[in-house]
Formats: sequence, C-alpha cells, structure tokens
Amino acid sequence: MNLATNPMLANAVALVGWVFAVIGVLAARREARLRLFGIFAGAYFVFAQAIAFSISRPDRDMGNLQKILYVHVPTAWMALSAAGVIFLASVMYLWKREERYDRIALSAAEAGTVLSALTLVQGMIWGKPTWGVWWAWDPRLTTMAVQLVMFVGYLSLRSFTEDEERRARWSAAVGILGFLNANIVYMSVRWWRTLHQIQSTPSTVATEYVLGLRLNAFALLFLLITFIGMRYHIARTEREAESILEEQALRGGTVHV
Amino acid sequence: MSAEPLRAATGMRRELSRVLAVVWKDVTIERRAKANFNSVVFLAGLILLLFGFALGPDRDTLHEAAAGALWLTVLFSGVLSFNRSYEQETENGALDMLVLYPGDRRAIFVGKLLANLLFVLLVETTMVPAAAILYDLPVIDIVLPLALVVTLGTIGFVTLGTFYAAMASRVRAREVLLPLLLFPMLIPVLVGAVGATGAILEGDAMGQAGGWMRLLVVFDVIFLTASIVAFEYVIES
Repeated sequence: MNLATNPMLANAVALVGWVFAVIGVLAARREARLRLFGIFAGAYFVFAQAIAFSISRPDRDMGNLQKILYVHVPTAWMALSAAGVIFLASVMYLWKREERYDRIALSAAEAGTVLSALTLVQGMIWGKPTWGVWWAWDPRLTTMAVQLVMFVGYLSLRSFTEDEERRARWSAAVGILGFLNANIVYMSVRWWRTLHQIQSTPSTVATEYVLGLRLNAFALLFLLITFIGMRYHIARTEREAESILEEQALRGGTVHV
Repeated sequence: MSAEPLRAATGMRRELSRVLAVVWKDVTIERRAKANFNSVVFLAGLILLLFGFALGPDRDTLHEAAAGALWLTVLFSGVLSFNRSYEQETENGALDMLVLYPGDRRAIFVGKLLANLLFVLLVETTMVPAAAILYDLPVIDIVLPLALVVTLGTIGFVTLGTFYAAMASRVRAREVLLPLLLFPMLIPVLVGAVGATGAILEGDAMGQAGGWMRLLVVFDVIFLTASIVAFEYVIES
C-alpha cells in the first residue's frame, strides 16, 4: 500500500498538527517557550518539505515545478488566516477594549504582509512557466494583491496615528471592514471574470500530493503562530519601554534611551 | 396606546433634523466658498482629457475604455473632496463641538455622507456630459439608466470615502493615506459600476446591466451598514 495516499496517515497528520497548533498557541504566552516552539516550527517545515518532495513523483504536465505547491498554497492560506486573525482580534478589541487584542492584530498584520507578498512572488514563479505569463487576472491572485495593499494601508494608518487608544480603535474598524472587503473582492472578481467568459483554472490536487500539502500547511501554521507571538512580545516590550521613559521624564530625571 | 412608538418616532425625527443640520452646514460652506467645486470640476475635465491623450484619438478605443475612464475620473477627482469635508471641522476644534452636541453621533456621519453625495453628484452632472462629448458617447438615449448607475456607484464611493476620511483627515500624511485606505475598498464598487456603465453604453444587448446594478445595490447596502455601525468607534473621544 502506498503510504502517500493512505487516508489513515493523512488523518493522523491532521490530528497531530492540530494538537501541536494548540500547544503553540499556549506556548506563545511565554516568550521563552515560544522560542522553543519556533525552533520546532522551523524544523517541522524542513521535515515537511523533505517528506513532500520525496513521496511525490513529478507531475505529468508540470514536472518538478509542481513542488512549489507545497510552499505556495500553505503560504496563501496563512496570509488569509492572518487577515482572519486581524478580524477576530479587532472584534475582540472593540468589545473588551484590552490592549493585547490590538497587539495581536498588529502582529497578524505584519505577518500577513510578508506572507501575502511571498504568495504573490511564488505565484508568479509558478505562473510564468505554467501559464506563460507572470500575472493573470485570476480571482485568487487578484484578491491576494488587494489583500497585500490592504495590509499595507492598515499598517500605514497605524504608523500615522499617534494616540494609542485612537490608533487601536481606528485600526480595529479598518480591520473589520477590510476583512469584509477581501471576501467581497474575491466574489466580485469571480463574477467579473465569468461575465467576461474566460476560462478559470480550478486546480484540484491529486491524492498523491495531499499528504505533503497537509504536512506543509501545518508547518506554515506553526510558523505563523511563532511570527505573531514573537511580534506580540516585541510590541509589549516596546510599550513597557515607553512607559518607563514616560515615568522617568515625569520624575524630571535624565532620560536614558 | 403606549407612548413607546411615539417616542421612537419623535426620536427618529430629531435625528433626521440633526442630519439635515449637518448637511445644511456643509452645503452652505460649499455654496459660499465655491472654490472647491470649481477646481474639482476642472480637475475632472482635465483627467478626462488626459485619458483621451493616453488612449489615443481612435474612436473605437475610446468607446471601449470610456466606462473605465469615467469611473477612474470620478475616483481621482472625488477623493479630493472627502478630506476637505473634515478638514473644515478640525479648525477651531469644530469637530469636537459637533461630537459634544446631544444625539446620535451617526447623524454626523450620515449628514456628511449626504453633503458629500450632493457634491460629487453635482460634479458628475458636469463630468458625464463632458465625457460624452470628448469620447463621443451616445448618452442622449440612455440618460435614465446611466443616471441610475452613476448614482448607485457614487453612493458606494461616497459612503466609503466619508468613512475613511474621518480617520485619514485627522492624521499626518492624509493626502496619501486616504487613497491608500480607500481605493482597495472601492474595488467591488468599481467593478460593478464599470460593468454596468459599460453594458449600458454598448446598448445592453446582453442584458447584463441589470445584474451589475443589483450587485451595486448589494454593495451599497453592505458598505453603508458596515460604515454606519463602525463610525461610532471612529468618532468617539
């Protein structure tokens, strides 16, 4: 029996993956533990790529180019997950008004910017030999480009707004509307394309590739958790440093940066 | 008879009068200054000309691109009016006063939205005929459907513009921040508006315009609802 297409194995990978994801989220509370989880995430990513490469035969049409699937598709998923994290954190912030939700949203936005930019670059590397063009007005590709611009707009708004409480409120509102918009953009680009009668390319993944893809999806999820967690701790440290400076300034002492 | 519905009705009426007060205030400022309207109208005309130069004088090319050029002109010229709508409030802390007045703060948003809508629609009444002349578009026979599409598209555009300008106008680098935040959000409205306008300009032989217009209505309702709900968080303090 071929291991790569064994459904039991695929299910086991998913189960183990979710368990580790929960462990990662729990570990993210403490910086030292998160660093350990980060090392694990990096190692898991290398392992997942190696497994995926070794068990998949070259694709009939694409040859070894197919291998980019294992990093490209999970990167795209995680870029979208980051947008989802911003949405949830924004809703939580407006509801609870706790600063940590704002920090989570900021961290997810920075991770999302990098991931969506990576997705676009990987998509182009794959698109040039496959479609013959660097860019196609495909719904997923286009939505990812819009998503990248929205991440950047979100971060610009944050960096231009001085007052912290106002920055958190405004970016929460923008984060929620942006998430709503990303979904609508995806649908509207799809309608736009269908009305223009140009064929789409629905890529269904062969069962042989499922296991490798799944392993890598979890590897990228662990990396996303690490990125968001690390950035969260940096944001918290920055905040602490700021309040120490403020305190020193108020006491009238010399301010050390 | 319970007093509740009655109270709710007078409450609504009071909010409506607040909305109208904000509209009236903004319209009066615009009517007396006029400078803004004139410059935006001429800028729109200039952008239409620039599209003509960029696309070349070929009549068929211009026809094909007309719907897109028209809507991009609306976006690029209209975006200038949103920041101004709040900038006049930041002088002498007028916005803080406005927020302090009793009543629902969403009335400020709806009022500003309506004032901006009036402004942009007024600009468009000059811009669309100008585009029709420059690009040789047969607008006489399709005035009504075209007006409907322009209005629907403009509602979505102005709703999001008024919402994002409430933030962008109060920070540094507002000139670049507003389009950066606003334009990605406008993509669905742009796709719908250009689709509908293009279909109408071509005579709507395929009957696509109705579908695009329904889509525009859906977008308008979604963005209007979301902006009104979220505005509470933007204006507070």
